[in-house]
Amino acid sequence: MSTPVKPAEAQNTDALLKASRWRAWEPLLWLAALFAPLVFKSHALLVNEIAIVALFALSLDLILGYTGIVSLGHAAFLGFGAYSAALFAKYINPDPLLGLAVGTAAATLLGLLCSFTIQRGSDLTRLMVTLGVSLILYELANKLDWLTGGADGLQGVIMGPLLGRFEFDLYGQTAAWYSLTVLLLIFLLARRLVHSPFGATLKAVRDNRLRAMAIGIPVGGRLTVVYTVAAGVAGAAGALLAQTTGFAALDIFSLERSADLMLMLVIGGIGWLYGGLAGALVFILMREGIAAITPQYWTFWIGLFLVVLVLAGRDRLLRPWTWFGKSRKQGGQP
Amino acid sequence: MLTILFDGIAYGMLLFILAVGLSVTMGLMNFINLAHGAFAMLGGYLTVALMQRWGWPFLVCLPVSFVVTALVGAVLERTLYRPMYRKPHLDQVLFSIGLTFMSVAAMDYFMGSSQQIMQLPDWLRGRTELFGGALGMGHYRLFIIAVCAALTVGLQLILSRTRFGSQLRASVDDAVVARGMGINVNLVFAATFAVGSGLAGLGGALSAEVLGLDPTFPLKFLIYFLIVVAVGGTSSITGPLLAALLLGIADVAGKYYIPKLGAFIVYSFMIVILLWRPQGLFSRLGGGK
Repeated sequence: MSTPVKPAEAQNTDALLKASRWRAWEPLLWLAALFAPLVFKSHALLVNEIAIVALFALSLDLILGYTGIVSLGHAAFLGFGAYSAALFAKYINPDPLLGLAVGTAAATLLGLLCSFTIQRGSDLTRLMVTLGVSLILYELANKLDWLTGGADGLQGVIMGPLLGRFEFDLYGQTAAWYSLTVLLLIFLLARRLVHSPFGATLKAVRDNRLRAMAIGIPVGGRLTVVYTVAAGVAGAAGALLAQTTGFAALDIFSLERSADLMLMLVIGGIGWLYGGLAGALVFILMREGIAAITPQYWTFWIGLFLVVLVLAGRDRLLRPWTWFGKSRKQGGQP
Repeated sequence: MLTILFDGIAYGMLLFILAVGLSVTMGLMNFINLAHGAFAMLGGYLTVALMQRWGWPFLVCLPVSFVVTALVGAVLERTLYRPMYRKPHLDQVLFSIGLTFMSVAAMDYFMGSSQQIMQLPDWLRGRTELFGGALGMGHYRLFIIAVCAALTVGLQLILSRTRFGSQLRASVDDAVVARGMGINVNLVFAATFAVGSGLAGLGGALSAEVLGLDPTFPLKFLIYFLIVVAVGGTSSITGPLLAALLLGIADVAGKYYIPKLGAFIVYSFMIVILLWRPQGLFSRLGGGK
């Protein structure tokens, strides 16, 4: 009786394998990215920031794009990782890699705790709870000023040399390579994760939670795992941010940061690992460009961009050939 | 003690007026509108501008701010919001955050980023002490409570006694069936949205003196509006009212007794309540959605 089942199963595995195969342009892209700090020597700090923000966007993509959890408080994990890493460097050990591990671990733990808060309720409830967590952390960082420096931010974080050899320089080349390497490693892990059968179940949960439950996917457990992992990745991004800039500020927890992050992901396309990376690149360059013209009011243009983007249908942004045709079907998955 | 309770009630009443429109629109169209605070800010700035630049009396400014914000709300609903109703929640969140950002930057551009100071008329400035000083009531807060209580009673009467009210309740309960019964749900919704925005504008005008008014107002108080809606549920107006009062009293008392912890208590309470009852504290269970 197993004969009619097997071909279908083999077909499914084939489809999964095909989607996870490396394309020719991918190694090239990463090679180009790793050369970027060398080519744009004077803009290495910008490259560094893009890499960190891309990592952050990658983490949101795991829960928003692949699992469909709308979160307005993802900055909580970024900030928690950043403050943990900065405090660790300041009071215990200035080694960057250890600090990175500490920041990631701290955020992972927080993510595990918070993952129980997003299991139930509607999108609105989840928005509120995630936003609430980031606001609580904001208040904590603000009020515990003996530890975190309060509203002034945590200053005086001095990092040791990377691997005991490479000093962080003023131009940020070391920082940029450091962040890019971490980004690449985590990207590889995330890529493995979303193309695994586990990743396929996440997408099933996103597309139809009830059906996913009906075919035996443990929805609650999946949510817990992916939320914890995503929190850890965000924590790593936060740790990198704190280490390479040398301080952690309160605004890392702000709503604006979570909203910007969402915008980035949407620019690049959600549910696609390179979406976060592309979005981060475009967003940071756009911000630098607009801020150079009107430093004070650039949020206006970002807001306008969001409104127009959503009104026009965000899945069409990446497909210029659909701009002037009639929109056939809304909400199609890219 | 009593003073704190009194201030908390005034604060809660304000929050209710600010958020009630949001709660009704969210219940009606299942639309997450994070830009609600922008309407409140518009009302507040309108009042301040009218009073300071043209010297209009305070009592005239309040209805004006209501009407203007309601009109703006109606126009925006017609043009921008309507295509959003069928989109996924992510799109709605992005869209309304975008609107909020735009309003914040625009207000900053037109009015400056400093906090606006409201000159209250003399008859609202005093303070009455009762019970040998145990209860100090600011006249302005008394005024706020009176206005908000009147509005609440009015809303409740409209909702329960008029034809429009029953149409609205029918649409909230089940929009499809209501449409099938010949109710023009779009029109009902547009009217509700306009009134809700107007109330937010009025609330913004009233709150300029109490909460402070600067261009980040929509972002700063967004969480409070959402707490009222999420905790109070979207099926009635008594839920949000109780939630707003609770929130107002808890916030004022928390800030007075344990200033170190600040807003921490309120957020923790919200999370605990939402974990315990994800549909809101006062909603009928299930709700069919």
